[in-house]
Amino acid sequence: MSDPAISIDNSTPAETGARPRSMVLNMGPQHPSTHGVLRVLLELDGETIVKAECDIGYLHTGIEKQCEALAYQQAVTLTDRVDYLANLSNNLCYCLAVEKLLGVEAPPLAQWIRVMLTELTRICSHLVWLGTHALDIGAMSMMLYCFRDREDLLRIFEMFSGQRMMTSYFRVGGLALEPPRGWQHPVKKFLDTFPSKIDEYEDLLTANPIWLQRTKGVAVVPLDELLDLGVTGPMLRAAGLNWDIRKTEPYSGYEKFDFEVPLRTESDVYARYQVRIEEMRQSVRIARQAMEGMPSGSWVADAPNVVLPEREKMKTQMEALIYHFKIVTEGFRVPAGEVYQTIESPRGELGYYVVSDGTSKPYRVHIHGPSFGNLQATPRMIEGGLIADVIAALGSLDFILGDVDR
Amino acid sequence: MLPENLRENSVASAVAAAAPDAVASGKIDHGELTLEIQPEQIAAVCAILKHQLSYARLSDVTAVDWYPREPRFQVVYHLHSLETNSRLRLKCPLNSEAAEIDSVTGVWRSANWYEREVFDLFGIRFRNHPDLKRIMMPDDWEGHPLRKDYPVHGYRYEYQNE
Repeated sequence: MSDPAISIDNSTPAETGARPRSMVLNMGPQHPSTHGVLRVLLELDGETIVKAECDIGYLHTGIEKQCEALAYQQAVTLTDRVDYLANLSNNLCYCLAVEKLLGVEAPPLAQWIRVMLTELTRICSHLVWLGTHALDIGAMSMMLYCFRDREDLLRIFEMFSGQRMMTSYFRVGGLALEPPRGWQHPVKKFLDTFPSKIDEYEDLLTANPIWLQRTKGVAVVPLDELLDLGVTGPMLRAAGLNWDIRKTEPYSGYEKFDFEVPLRTESDVYARYQVRIEEMRQSVRIARQAMEGMPSGSWVADAPNVVLPEREKMKTQMEALIYHFKIVTEGFRVPAGEVYQTIESPRGELGYYVVSDGTSKPYRVHIHGPSFGNLQATPRMIEGGLIADVIAALGSLDFILGDVDR
Repeated sequence: MLPENLRENSVASAVAAAAPDAVASGKIDHGELTLEIQPEQIAAVCAILKHQLSYARLSDVTAVDWYPREPRFQVVYHLHSLETNSRLRLKCPLNSEAAEIDSVTGVWRSANWYEREVFDLFGIRFRNHPDLKRIMMPDDWEGHPLRKDYPVHGYRYEYQNE
């Protein structure tokens, strides 16, 4: 005798003739392939995704609000924590914005060191992307190789700034510290050996049949839709748009460097992989040019009211002591105005909108993270596809949740 | 009305010609062009900029709170044209008691999350937005953190009866 209250309906939609039922699957916020805390709600019909929705905000730390409570030079340390894999790019963008408001320009040595280190940051960020993206799709050894080589870069950052990840090495007006003596040796060693490492990665993946099957023709979105959805960076270049802010709106002396912008037209996960691999080669090229042509001179601008004086001068010159006291106690005043500074971060267009009201604290700092725009394209990329392709699509976006949620 | 120094500027004069009473003022500061737009005309101006003046990308939407000054809020749009490689900033002043403006999601789909963020953190409502809900803060959060009258530090205790 069956009890109707506990009867289970095992009939399929085809048997009952009813409309196919969908099911909602909650992916995340603690899913290993979301690399942070992203929740994706997937409405499934069998294995096909009918509808997808991203739920973000789990890493919101109120960085923009905190910036308003700190002096201009203190807020640099918060910009590291926005996109924690491309911290130097965030340092650079913020410093360029404030320098534009102040009318200060960093000296040539600082500009070239900035170019060199942000290009190494790009390699560093792409290595984490490549390692984790390949790991998600099933190529575990990639992660070990990539993190091995990233370690060399982190040592270089530590040598320059004393920190492996939260470097805060770029300051308003120049650099935080003088470049260490003998910095050329580890940088040169890395730049000499790294191209052969990229060849190694390509040996493992580029013609690998499993990799090709998982990535080719997956998550294709046409260029006009990507633009409409707010996507930037390597994703657009994989769809055939020749737009790189380093070329179109050069900053920090990028116009003096010779490099190419890699392009693909397929706009699938594989094309994005190819673009980023080629970008690493180009970054090596730029970093080498910066290293070999490094100008000499001061690493900070000649702006005593903005840049802290040298320690020796403070002991002998009263002016230097006064400026030091003023900068440390109340910060430097920035003329009222507003600036929107954009740079090409490893993930795309990074924008800092800084509003000053004439005091020594920023009135408003708005950070436009490239991941925020890129992640918006997720539903468009995965709807209609299979659930297994979600992992490949999310990996190809290369988002950082700290950059999305800020 | 467009100020004298912007009459020569091709973008500013084109916008002023296409939507005569929409542009309230404008300026060029640090080499960046800013146009102040009447809030009720923002969606129409954005459509003109996208379809007639090649501003294909909406780079960013944000807001600034000028508390206690009125009009309290400024909604700020950053547009980018790939064709002419130029950027443009639009600003719309809003009063605190009527912090509401038309959504531009009909022009660029990317405005969806940008406007949700402004709604969440500033409490500015966007009319005709397809899905206006909080994006950063929890759904039951009280207040809008980026407003200037919202504290930077502090704890909020909630004692609930058993």
